Amino acid sequence: MNASRAWLEAFLRRPLDGTDIANRLAMLGAPVDAIEPIGADLSAFVVATVTDVRAHPDADKLRVTTVDDGSGSTWSVVCGAPNVVAGGRYPFARLGTTMPGGMVIERRKLRGEVSEGMLCSARELGLGEEHDGLLTLDTDAPNGTPIATVLGGGDERLVVDVTPNRPDLFGHKGIARELSASLNVPFRLPEIPGLAATDVPPPERAADSGSTGGITVTIADRQGCPRFLAGVVRNVQIGPSPEWLRQRLAAVGVRSINNVVDVTNYMMFELNQPMHAYDADALRGAAIGVRAAASGEVLVTLDGSTRTIPDGALVIVDGAGVIGIAGVMGGRDSEVTAATTNVLIECAAFDPSRVRAARRALGMSTDASQRFERGTDRWGAVDAFRRAMQLLASVTGGTIERPTLDCFPAPSHPPRIFLRPSRVVQVLGLDLDWREIERCLVAIGATVVSKPDDARIAVDVPGWRPDLVAEIDLIEEVARIHGYDAIPATVGPVRPVFRPDDAGWAAAHRARQVLVAAGLSEVLTLPMVTAGDARAPVLLNPLSNDHRCLRPALSPALVTEVERNWSAHIGDVRLFEVGTAFTASDERGAAPRESQQAAFALTGRRQPAHWNDPAPRAWDRWDAKDLLQQLVALAHPGAALQVEGDGWAVHATDGRRIGHAGPITADSPPWAAPLFVGEIELGTVDGGHAKFTPLPTFPAVTRDLTLQVPAGRAVAEISALLVQRGTRHDLRAVQVIDEYRDPSVADGARNVTVRLVFRSDHRTLTDTEVDQATGRLRTTLERELDVSLRSS
Amino acid sequence: MSAPIEESPATSLRDRLAAIATLDAGALEAEDIAILGRKQGELTRRLKALATLSLDEKRAQGALLNALKGEFEAAITTRRAELADEARQQEGAGVDLTMPGRESWHGTLHPVTVVIDEIVEIFRGLGFSVALGPEVETEEHNFGALNFAPDHPAMDMHDTLYLDPDGAVPATGERLLLRTHTSPVQVRVMREGPPPYRVVIPGTVYRNDAFDPSHAPAFAQVEGLAVDEGITFVDLKATLAHFAERFFGRGTTVRFRPSFFPFTEPSAEMDVACQLCAGQGCAACKGTGWMEILGCGMVHENVLRNCGVDPERWTGFAFGMGPQRVAMLRHGVPDIRHLYAGDMRFLQQFRSVGS
Repeated sequence: MNASRAWLEAFLRRPLDGTDIANRLAMLGAPVDAIEPIGADLSAFVVATVTDVRAHPDADKLRVTTVDDGSGSTWSVVCGAPNVVAGGRYPFARLGTTMPGGMVIERRKLRGEVSEGMLCSARELGLGEEHDGLLTLDTDAPNGTPIATVLGGGDERLVVDVTPNRPDLFGHKGIARELSASLNVPFRLPEIPGLAATDVPPPERAADSGSTGGITVTIADRQGCPRFLAGVVRNVQIGPSPEWLRQRLAAVGVRSINNVVDVTNYMMFELNQPMHAYDADALRGAAIGVRAAASGEVLVTLDGSTRTIPDGALVIVDGAGVIGIAGVMGGRDSEVTAATTNVLIECAAFDPSRVRAARRALGMSTDASQRFERGTDRWGAVDAFRRAMQLLASVTGGTIERPTLDCFPAPSHPPRIFLRPSRVVQVLGLDLDWREIERCLVAIGATVVSKPDDARIAVDVPGWRPDLVAEIDLIEEVARIHGYDAIPATVGPVRPVFRPDDAGWAAAHRARQVLVAAGLSEVLTLPMVTAGDARAPVLLNPLSNDHRCLRPALSPALVTEVERNWSAHIGDVRLFEVGTAFTASDERGAAPRESQQAAFALTGRRQPAHWNDPAPRAWDRWDAKDLLQQLVALAHPGAALQVEGDGWAVHATDGRRIGHAGPITADSPPWAAPLFVGEIELGTVDGGHAKFTPLPTFPAVTRDLTLQVPAGRAVAEISALLVQRGTRHDLRAVQVIDEYRDPSVADGARNVTVRLVFRSDHRTLTDTEVDQATGRLRTTLERELDVSLRSS
Repeated sequence: MSAPIEESPATSLRDRLAAIATLDAGALEAEDIAILGRKQGELTRRLKALATLSLDEKRAQGALLNALKGEFEAAITTRRAELADEARQQEGAGVDLTMPGRESWHGTLHPVTVVIDEIVEIFRGLGFSVALGPEVETEEHNFGALNFAPDHPAMDMHDTLYLDPDGAVPATGERLLLRTHTSPVQVRVMREGPPPYRVVIPGTVYRNDAFDPSHAPAFAQVEGLAVDEGITFVDLKATLAHFAERFFGRGTTVRFRPSFFPFTEPSAEMDVACQLCAGQGCAACKGTGWMEILGCGMVHENVLRNCGVDPERWTGFAFGMGPQRVAMLRHGVPDIRHLYAGDMRFLQQFRSVGS
């Protein structure tokens, strides 16, 4: 909502400071996003007296003047204005002044005469359209005084951020009411310059239909339109609005159209009551009304677009068809034009949700729809209507047809709410005197009906506050007006609540620790991805095709980020992410399965180059396997990796594939090192606390065996067999310490050296025992796996 | 009492003791063996020979020899350390110690994660525990239970992404959406069992917003909920002001302004004094001197009722904040999109943050 400071000053009858009221409004719940000066910056212009006027020797329309600007010097200024007279006082732009249009005033010659400054018209100062002559200053201020102090400060526009619950703040009156409460001063409607003293009598009440000025008014949808006021002004003189009205509208950023439309806009910004003016003679069948739209009705709206009206939307109709979309926009054919002589003013209340539905369906938002969808004051509509009629008659010179009409089929009152002071204490923690409670409620325009003799205060809420429907709403108002600042912030006793942290939280933490310790950098990518994976849940209304689906896995986005680094010539990339992955449910329409996953991507050198080691090795698959194993140990203790393709996979006990790692092909530049990725579901397993194992008392004895492993035989099988059979011989570990492939051997056989670690908890093993055990294990390997010792 | 003549061997030993400080490494080790060697050492031998002496002599000689043995041990240890130092220095001579040290890669947590963790840790310290919830939610959890009226302009603040139902109508008749805030987790927590509750809820939320310098279609939120008997607006202010001091530093000033959220009433925004201009007013705070940090309020009666909690008995407060915004303020990141990128040059700038 754009508010004019001057307009608010007119309500409060006192000068206001833009910054101060912005602070006050912020503390009342309506922060001001910006304070913008309106019109030109006048600080550069001063009051000056023309002491002498002579004819220009070489130009009929120019005069040469002498100007006293209070600087101690006088200036020769060439001037073309017809109204310049000796002794006159005018705004003066000194040499070096930048004009609103950007021109800089310099010393120059005009037809041979030196000009050392410029005397200004209103238009040259950006103060209006007046350009017939210089702006004459009627002031006693000494020469050299900035003209801003003489003309009165320029207006400011306050861009007020209005929350959806406060329609009243879409009018200056509502904002003035808040400031009135904050400043503790009264406020009332601004006086309108030149307004005829005659009051407009109240309109005549009717139910669903009635007539005024020969025009029939019918409400055919009571729910959608609870109230419809109408009045006709005859013999209007369509033309420009008076200057004050145009200034008010300009200040809030509304273009002046003509005196009739301007009056309706003025009322909208003053009282938050949108109105519409029709050319009364364009209403076919001399009728107007409100009904629900039938299917497929079409209207050419004011902006010239042809719009198909959504089914059931509220429409304004005349005797022949739709002439407006209620609360949103009027139709072109019934608009007020220069040729209009009789005007019908509509001032109505519409169901906020119907207006909202219509404007959403139409994909448009107007000043009127913005207000109607938040809720206007149907009870205050009469006052707004009467003020509008009066203003309209005044600015157009027209005559009001009497009586005017007020169709209010189901008259009602704003609600009455009961407030318990005890509840105020319970919610706010503040034991307020009921007089303070009453003060706060009166300040927002509520009527406090009863005193709290029986622990309840009856409050009649004002019609412009549709958000006040329950006791708690009043408590908020009390807190707001009393001041959030005035509520203490004392820490009270707290009762501990036992509730364990969600296990997923700790799981994510543990995974991050592992990955950071490995030297990886965490990244947060968008969870939305392009389509392409059948498991990815699809969005109904995505931002773009790039964001059509929810990610079924995290690692593809990491690969993309690696590629981005590559294109920036960064080859050492170590990324990880912990986040949610989504898998579409097999059951149509059911929520997707969500799982917290950790993913990583590694490429480049395993450590930074050092002068002592200028070419460190690149990450390889074994690093990826280790990272995956570390994550598996955290998230799925006991789960084993299986070889899958050229990488590894992990499966849950139910067979679901829950993790993988391995090399991946990406869009890599020729210089890039291989890229490895891995990903795993984190689950919610908490590994629990590690159990202490007594430190060995007796030394371990090791034996290294270099085995000839035939093609197709996995080392894992060998290790597993050794462990299984070796346990009874006190074999504690089998370590793979070397692998050698003889390039001359073509059959894929290789030599693998394993180290057997024997240790007893009860005594020192003897060499003989260990040799015997090793021999047995060798035999086992030969017999069961066809793996023999390398013949040396 | 010892006769002077009997001291002569010891005297010669004293000379050798004095000479230890001048021996080189080889001679030192030889001398160690010659004097203290377990089998043939001079002192070892003499100590052994004590056994043959009378009790009085044993006492006199024994004390002398043992003292001498201690002195030898000390002298040899000292000389050995000296020689080691000298050797190390000689070895290091000619090495340019200003050459760079060997680096390793430093893993980094994302700055947003660090902010989330800090916030969560502060509230855990205040007796809150972590609750999480799904990111795909029902309209009822995301809006209905939280007192959003259908077709209310408040919905405009939550531009919602819906899941494509693929022609199916969910059993509940409700559309599935990506949660627009973490507040549905409040609903889940409250429906799980009776109050009191004290939970802090970190999570990702979604809005149908274009990806621009200040908006992202998915971002983090940290939410909190405290419901108990006797919780008032005073507790809300006290708890959140305490949080601000813990998070932004002692002496951080805050202000609470009225605001509007469908799920709290009274509602408030908490501002902290602008971190960049210390409240003086600058471009970052739009000249107000304040930065909006979190939204909060007393849990709306309707929300409590919708979750089966009696608002006449239980009251509470809730709050929510955006870690991306806090991280941007903290690190001076001008464009939110940096926070979604995997550029190593960006991520490695946060080496010093977090663990």
